[in-house]
Amino acid sequence: MNPLVGAPVDRVDGRLKVTGAATYSAEVALPNLAYGVMVLSSTASGSVAAIDVAAARRAPGVIDVMTSRNAPRVDAKSKGAGDRTLMVLQDDVVYYDRQPIAVVIADTFEHATDAASLVRARYAKAAAITRFDDAAEYKPGAGGRDPDLRKGDASAALAQAAVKVDHTYVVPVEHHNPMEPHATVAQWDGDRLTVYEATQGVVSARRKLAQVFGLPPTGVRVVAKFIGGGFGGKGTLWSHAVLAAMSAKLVGRPVKIALTRPQMFGSVGFRPRTVQRVALGAAADGRLTSLVHETSAQTSVFDEFMAGTGALSAVLYGTPNLTITHRLRRVNSATPTFMRAPGESCGSFALESAMDELAYAVGVDPIELRLRNDTDVDAQGLPFSSRALRQCLEQGAERFGWSRRDPRPRSMRDGRMLVGMGVAAATYPTHRSPASALVQVRADGSATVRSAGVDIGTGAYTVFTQVAAEALGLPVARVRMELGDSAFPNAPNAGGSTLTASAGSAIKLAALDARAKLLALAGNDPAALAGGADAIAALLRRAGLATLEGHSDAKPGDEQQKYAMHSFGAQFAEVRVDPDLGTVRVARFVNAFGAGRILNEKTAKSQFLGGAVWGIGMALLEDTRYDERTGRIMNANLAEYLVPVNADVPAVESIIVPEDDPHVNEIGVKGIGEIGIVGAAAAIANAVYHATGTRVRELPITPEKLLG
Amino acid sequence: MNAFRYAQAHDVASALASVAGDPGATYIAGGTNVIDLMKENVERPALLVDITGLPLRGIEPTAHGVRVGALAVMSDVADHPAVARDFPAVAQALLLSASPQLRNMATIGGNLMQRTRCAYFRDASQPCNKRAAGSGCGALGGVNRRHAVIGGSEQCICTHASDLAVALLAVDAVVHVRGRAGERSIPIEHFHVLPGTTPQRETVLERGELITAVELPAAAAARNSYYLKVRDRASYEFALVSVAAALDVSAGGRIRAARVALGGVAPIPWRAHAAEAALVGKPANAQTFAAAAAAATRGMRSYGQNGFKIALTQRAVARALAHAGGAA
Amino acid sequence: MEFGKVTRRRFLWRSALPTIAVVGLDPRLSVAAQAVASISVVRAQGPEPIPVTLNVNGKPHALQLEPRVTLLDALRERLGLTGTKKGCDQGTCGACTVLADGRRVNACLTLAVMAQGKSITTIEGLASGDQLHPLQAAFIEHDGFQCGYCTPGQIMSGVALLSEKRPTDETSVREWMSGNICRCGAYPNIVAAIRATAGRSA
Repeated sequence: MNPLVGAPVDRVDGRLKVTGAATYSAEVALPNLAYGVMVLSSTASGSVAAIDVAAARRAPGVIDVMTSRNAPRVDAKSKGAGDRTLMVLQDDVVYYDRQPIAVVIADTFEHATDAASLVRARYAKAAAITRFDDAAEYKPGAGGRDPDLRKGDASAALAQAAVKVDHTYVVPVEHHNPMEPHATVAQWDGDRLTVYEATQGVVSARRKLAQVFGLPPTGVRVVAKFIGGGFGGKGTLWSHAVLAAMSAKLVGRPVKIALTRPQMFGSVGFRPRTVQRVALGAAADGRLTSLVHETSAQTSVFDEFMAGTGALSAVLYGTPNLTITHRLRRVNSATPTFMRAPGESCGSFALESAMDELAYAVGVDPIELRLRNDTDVDAQGLPFSSRALRQCLEQGAERFGWSRRDPRPRSMRDGRMLVGMGVAAATYPTHRSPASALVQVRADGSATVRSAGVDIGTGAYTVFTQVAAEALGLPVARVRMELGDSAFPNAPNAGGSTLTASAGSAIKLAALDARAKLLALAGNDPAALAGGADAIAALLRRAGLATLEGHSDAKPGDEQQKYAMHSFGAQFAEVRVDPDLGTVRVARFVNAFGAGRILNEKTAKSQFLGGAVWGIGMALLEDTRYDERTGRIMNANLAEYLVPVNADVPAVESIIVPEDDPHVNEIGVKGIGEIGIVGAAAAIANAVYHATGTRVRELPITPEKLLG
Repeated sequence: MNAFRYAQAHDVASALASVAGDPGATYIAGGTNVIDLMKENVERPALLVDITGLPLRGIEPTAHGVRVGALAVMSDVADHPAVARDFPAVAQALLLSASPQLRNMATIGGNLMQRTRCAYFRDASQPCNKRAAGSGCGALGGVNRRHAVIGGSEQCICTHASDLAVALLAVDAVVHVRGRAGERSIPIEHFHVLPGTTPQRETVLERGELITAVELPAAAAARNSYYLKVRDRASYEFALVSVAAALDVSAGGRIRAARVALGGVAPIPWRAHAAEAALVGKPANAQTFAAAAAAATRGMRSYGQNGFKIALTQRAVARALAHAGGAA
Repeated sequence: MEFGKVTRRRFLWRSALPTIAVVGLDPRLSVAAQAVASISVVRAQGPEPIPVTLNVNGKPHALQLEPRVTLLDALRERLGLTGTKKGCDQGTCGACTVLADGRRVNACLTLAVMAQGKSITTIEGLASGDQLHPLQAAFIEHDGFQCGYCTPGQIMSGVALLSEKRPTDETSVREWMSGNICRCGAYPNIVAAIRATAGRSA
């Protein structure tokens, strides 16, 4: 096998990123660029009864102020899959706090920002549901999906179980907070719209923009060469992007709207609050006889967003009786959205905490308990295409030093500090969508590869270069990867750990197509191509060709019908808890993942590392705090919405359990962006229990929950 | 941010004159607080008087301690060997504040003048008596996990955000200020004022008065001082609760002098006199420290989400005293 | 020695000193004379754009800026130096870290007009030609970033850390790099890059 794929190649875009030369959406320099600043509502329900923009209009440098009175009419109602209802000044109804109610457009950022502060709105307030607990629970029916899964009779089996644990787990609202705030630069050329957008998917953004403005897809181009983190938050097109394009239309100039950090807590999605009941029934030896996983999650009053929070309960363990349900509650908030492992990350906190509780109830080691409940098929009876859970638990335990753990809670100390060791299993499904790719080989022996996929920091530029270079027989340095332009061949969003499997497969097929054409030029003599770039250059020159192209249109087959396809992992955390002050610090973290073929060990480990860091944030810090009287978020900044800083993060070791899964896709990858967070919070929470004897079932685990 | 005029002051007197006589004027030095609040439209000055050119930057050991110019930046003070040696709590508090970048910018004078992090104060759409007199206190009955458990009023339950000021309380620092009427010196304990019915007033300074220096008087207790900061994350966060403790312990183990100051619990840096009284004359041991820690929380009350600070304060005081007393 | 009493005595003694000794003013003038002489001394400019000269990466740039323009916005929107990032604009993330006279500061809370006379170094000024600064190269080698958005601030902060001669054990580097948030979570790799660079130059 060619050593290129899998090798820990340095990022091909590394130099651009360390020199400041990588440009992000807000940094696109266009002549005559105007600056748009959104004005957001300060009430959660009702309507804008009056809006006074006179002072803003008079302010220096202001070009126009866009409100519902003068906003261009667009189609804000139609929705495709994954779309959110847009709040783009088509009426005066207010559904949530920090909803856009106006845009001030001016010649400079300072003028626009100042003028925006002069806009005054008067609201006709209506009753708002701002407390999750006050909202009625209902069964969602969006998309015709059944939100429930039932096998056997879980409640009867639970009633008869020898051992039972039955508890409720809460994960609060969390906000993505990528370091790059959402930003859009929109420019019209007649009826053609170009948008530089911080998005995880230029093709889906183009589709949505075309629909909103009633344009053919060919009339819209969306570009995202670099985006400063997405984590799901940039996976759908939000109101500000459309408002930027509307503003540009209104003033006849290109307009940039870059969100402020407080605005990042407005109309750009978040992880919904979830309240989960997990009930486990087991035989005396710990084998599950029943698993009940009931989720109640927040959505908005105008959109339905549901993550598959309980889905992993159909995958991780075998049980004859299973009930998984999902319910929603409508709150006057913005609509939640995908956030790193939406569903699984929260579901794991509940299920894997419950498994830890069961281990104590049964009196068996938590790893042994998981091994006893390992399964070869998912809840619907489909065999796994590959499943390395056992290896992950065993190899991870070995590396972590699990055998040193005294299972008794509050039994281990390091000086004054309580020491805790915790484990959780993880899984995330393997997804794939249709994708195309274009490979252009040039007479100088170099190649350019194009895909519309976006590198959100995962390393897509690098791993795709490796895939193409290997298939073409070229060194990495001779392959140029171009991404993030909707004019390039179709690719799905960089989200749901989907892009590499989809576009990577397409790139491999396109490169093989080019390779086959080269081989044909060489009279089907493989030896003629053995010389790499020089041989290819010579071949094209002899044929009198300046370029040669390879194409592919790749799509999933029927593997989803035949196999349950998932990544698996085990995550181990060691914590230090100050017994007096209740502060928790993670001292060590070990991951073990079986996630299909790893294209680049270096960037893959960075994905796993990032997942662990997100788990630290989720377990210990992150908590969006609403004033329940008003529905307004009162920690809308990075000083009080806490994400981990460097001092919070210990060394994180990631073991890769090799897997060769021929079923998933052409390149054998399962996706690695999400699974790193899935078990992390539960591993930490379980470690905190082991350290303290206190089981915290509501995240984050802050000092007040451990003061006793 | 609103439009404003900008002026550089080249001497203290002209700086005083320009701000004292102009209600729309305010000083700027490090800018870390005022620029931030201007972006939130909490502060909208018409004139910013830049005082960074004034000769108030020196950190000078004196016969009686260390004199810190008001414009000395936090990182320079923290790194100064005399401060680290004779006033460890001060150096520790500085190093546990903000970030290295902010500490390179923010000045000692500005640190004492910084305004609360209360979310209702910082959010111009919300009620706040401090920002808009008579509009109400949003934190009462609202999101108040970080708010005061002592010293608040019906009008305001904010907390003071400075770590430094808490440490300064424990070492009996003196704030030197200059106004148009001349110079005065204010013990740090009398510098900040409780909100009462006038939460917009935060210090005893008159309009235009300028901090020129902070003096750290050498003392045995100050040399045995310790600053403990409790927060959710390991760095770059304001305190949930902090304690500065200073102890002068005799060779026989008896406490001769004690200072206990608290941060994160009150609208001002909070001096725990009752805890000090429980220490002086007693043996420096865990029992004494526990009694003092209990005394430190006397009068504290919960406003909903912040009740945990009472127990946390008690434990933090005990811990800080143990450190200062050399037992931790 | 009695702690409180001594201090109070010294405070009274100190306040009785002549003002000049305390505030370091021009000793030739009395307080009153200074107050009188100074009434019209500060000259205010703005709010309209005023001339501002910024020395960035060794080059002077003459600009016309409103006094409210931050150094960060001057770099990004006026000078096209977009390597310095805007992550929060509130001093809470460190993405805008630049060096001012060699010290790391947050450009978002610095007024451009107040950065005059200082030597500003941004990420664009770190490499010499094609030759990356050793820390830039180490960030690539250790994969000290993912999305890259916090990276310029991390690197500038790391460069400052190295010049500050802070201890470079792991715990110290973590603490001294905690003013730069990386949401992708590359922290341990950032620490590794800084420690490797420190080891190389030591």
